[in-house]
Amino acid sequence: MTTLTGTRRLVRLALRRDRVVLPVWIVGLTGLLAAVVTSVLGLYASDRERSEAATFAANDTVTRAFNGPVAGSDPGSLVMSEAFVFVGVLVALMCAQAVVRHTRTEEETGRAELIGAGVVGRHARLTAALAVAFGAALLVGAAAGVVLTASGLPTRGSLLAGAAYAGVGVVFGGVAAVTAQVAEQARAANAWAGGVLGLAFLVRAIGDAAGHVASSGDAVVSAWPSWVSPLGWGQQVRPFAAGHLGPFALTVAAAALLAGIAYVLTDHRDVGQGMRSVRPGPARADTGLLRPLGLAWRQQRGVLLGWLVAMAILGAAFGAVGESTEDISEMSEQFAALLEQFGGGSLVDGYFAFLMRLVAILTAGYTVQALLRLRSEEAAGRLEPLLATAVARPRWLLAQVVLAAAGTAAVLLLAGAAAGVAYGLATGDLAGGVGGPLSAAAVQVPAALALGGGVVLVFGLQPRWTAPVAWGGLAFAFVVGQFGGVLDLPQAVINLSPFVHPPLLPAADLDVTPVVVLLLVAVALAAVGVAAFRRRDLVTAA
Amino acid sequence: MDNAIQARDLVKTFGETRALDGVDLTTRPGEVHGFLGPNGAGKSTTIRILLGLLRKDAGAVTVLGMHPWNEAVELHRRLAYVPGDVHLWPNLSGGEAIDLLASLRGGMDRQRRDDLVERFQLDPTKRCSTYSKGNRQKVGVIAAFASPQVELYLLDEPTSGLDPLMESVFQEVVEEVRRQGASVLLSSHILAEAEKLCDRVSIIRDGRIVESGTLAELRHLTRTSVTVETEHPVTGLVDLEGVHDASADGTHARFEVEAEGLDAALRHLTGFGVRALTSTPPTLEELFMRHYGGASPTADGGIR
Repeated sequence: MTTLTGTRRLVRLALRRDRVVLPVWIVGLTGLLAAVVTSVLGLYASDRERSEAATFAANDTVTRAFNGPVAGSDPGSLVMSEAFVFVGVLVALMCAQAVVRHTRTEEETGRAELIGAGVVGRHARLTAALAVAFGAALLVGAAAGVVLTASGLPTRGSLLAGAAYAGVGVVFGGVAAVTAQVAEQARAANAWAGGVLGLAFLVRAIGDAAGHVASSGDAVVSAWPSWVSPLGWGQQVRPFAAGHLGPFALTVAAAALLAGIAYVLTDHRDVGQGMRSVRPGPARADTGLLRPLGLAWRQQRGVLLGWLVAMAILGAAFGAVGESTEDISEMSEQFAALLEQFGGGSLVDGYFAFLMRLVAILTAGYTVQALLRLRSEEAAGRLEPLLATAVARPRWLLAQVVLAAAGTAAVLLLAGAAAGVAYGLATGDLAGGVGGPLSAAAVQVPAALALGGGVVLVFGLQPRWTAPVAWGGLAFAFVVGQFGGVLDLPQAVINLSPFVHPPLLPAADLDVTPVVVLLLVAVALAAVGVAAFRRRDLVTAA
Repeated sequence: MDNAIQARDLVKTFGETRALDGVDLTTRPGEVHGFLGPNGAGKSTTIRILLGLLRKDAGAVTVLGMHPWNEAVELHRRLAYVPGDVHLWPNLSGGEAIDLLASLRGGMDRQRRDDLVERFQLDPTKRCSTYSKGNRQKVGVIAAFASPQVELYLLDEPTSGLDPLMESVFQEVVEEVRRQGASVLLSSHILAEAEKLCDRVSIIRDGRIVESGTLAELRHLTRTSVTVETEHPVTGLVDLEGVHDASADGTHARFEVEAEGLDAALRHLTGFGVRALTSTPPTLEELFMRHYGGASPTADGGIR
């Protein structure tokens, strides 16, 4: 028996368990990519339009930071500029979660022990998890290649783009393999992998923003930070322009190195335990803990702190480049027209209105994560003994919900304030700079809460659907926000996203009505959810 | 005074599965009531209805004279619950979890709590994520018994995972609350534990109570095994009313006899000159086996 004995069986088991999750990911990602490709090709039909779009994307610092370096005016390069980063981030999440799911989550449930006692080698579990994640990454890459080719883009470029997507997935599969060894729990392993992904995004955003426009005028040469980010490597392939193969060497080397580290670490830890050992806690509870709100705070504070830090950094980073939007105004009439559509104020105001809408959608990721604790507490059987005490159901539920709502407001307002301060410092007018971004963030708070209200509603009515509906709703809002214009969705569909309704402060005038309505919607949805929860059976995981 | 638990004709279905099919259960004030049955018979489902965690589909139920669904919070101040599999918050210490659960019930006797931590030999500073099954179970038990003025304990296989030493500590603790006048519903499939602790037992199978009464009453329903050594070989045993499985090997004989036939059987034996006789009263286990032995296996997982 080798350390890999049983890997094949474990792979089959993992595929069987993922028979819904992975196909949904792969089909969803491919569908998203296909939709964006179709729209981009339709939107920029003529050479002149493509040239304008590429020139704008190359010259606008903010677009460079968000989308990465445009590689030229050809259709394929424009598609990559619009779609690579966001689809790539999702591919990375898919792979990272798959690895954690088949390593630490299995250990936490005790299933790994059951299987480890069989004829299964020491490295079989990790190998099987990596095989599944790598396989999923390659499938997504292949599907992306097919979609791009089928859209009429050059075959070689399409295949390289698919390979670049797969590469991002493979590297983050490796990242998760390492965090799964180190973190004390599966939840933490996922969070750390997500943190690395956020860092990779930020590093390449800085590298691309700090890069310069190539002599052709419609392409970007990235600065060095883009070359230390796995997301950056994917983009530096520039599949439809230069088609470099060099970045793939970095991808493969990084994945191999990470996997190697994970194998070494896995030999030095016990099943169910991370490298980080768990410190002992107090023998007695602090009186603050002994209330449902105290318990909720104790459970959520770590996640909240992580989000506060991450969104403050993001807000400050994008606030700092806000000033540069002024420079583009003379250059790009198109961008000005776009901002006109957004609100009609100054370019900087429009930029912050647009930015905070995106930040609000990202913050809703926190809202969803915090509210999904409702379901995980119930499914794991921790809610049952709690509700067998003198705690009324609404009291427990509201404690969690109130904290999630307050956390959402805190994260969003902090991101707005950080953007405002960074912008204020950059322009030298601190007092004048803070108000715009902060107000833009504030009016989006009810939108994030409305999404949260929907999560509470589903939890009350159909607890088993809570997670899929919550993530689905967030993904929908994200797609509408990020690609709504490009995809040419019907207005009725766009209106389903709460984030499109708040006034576009600071560019537009303050219209209180949509803000109040969203707040009422949030409260009403949550109230129905609470009422439904009072009336239903507790449902532990089957 | 109201019965501690009064359930009549409880029905609960989960989709196609009929988990409870007319359960009648009575626990008198101050008694320890054993609630016995194999996995998936409906024990946990019944207890969850008594706690107001699940809604009954039909039937009538009061707990301590209250409605378990409508008056859940008030009721829960007066009762304590230990699940068969205690799930805890991984990042809390065991001591914190105990304090949390006991305090949320409405109060905790600190002295009693520390005493129980000592007796169950629990390290309260360890994180719940590092506890073994047995230690998590201890946390649940300590939290339940650390609250003062609990009138009813609902214990759902509370000792699963506890070692024999801890099991006997648990039995002491149950005795203590019984002396203080509390009522206990103890679901279990450890029959020795039930025999030691319970005043009365109810046996549930496939969502129905099939037997209920004191141990003495239930024993009455089953057979005593007798082994006898006589001067002359015993004959004619098989013809006696209520005698089963008789076998004789010269002057040694063994047979089983129903309670009604015991007197006649002993009279019959004396005619052969009894030298030695041992009789074993029916154990709960035999009772249990009689109800479940050879039955179609019930699928586990009926309680979700």
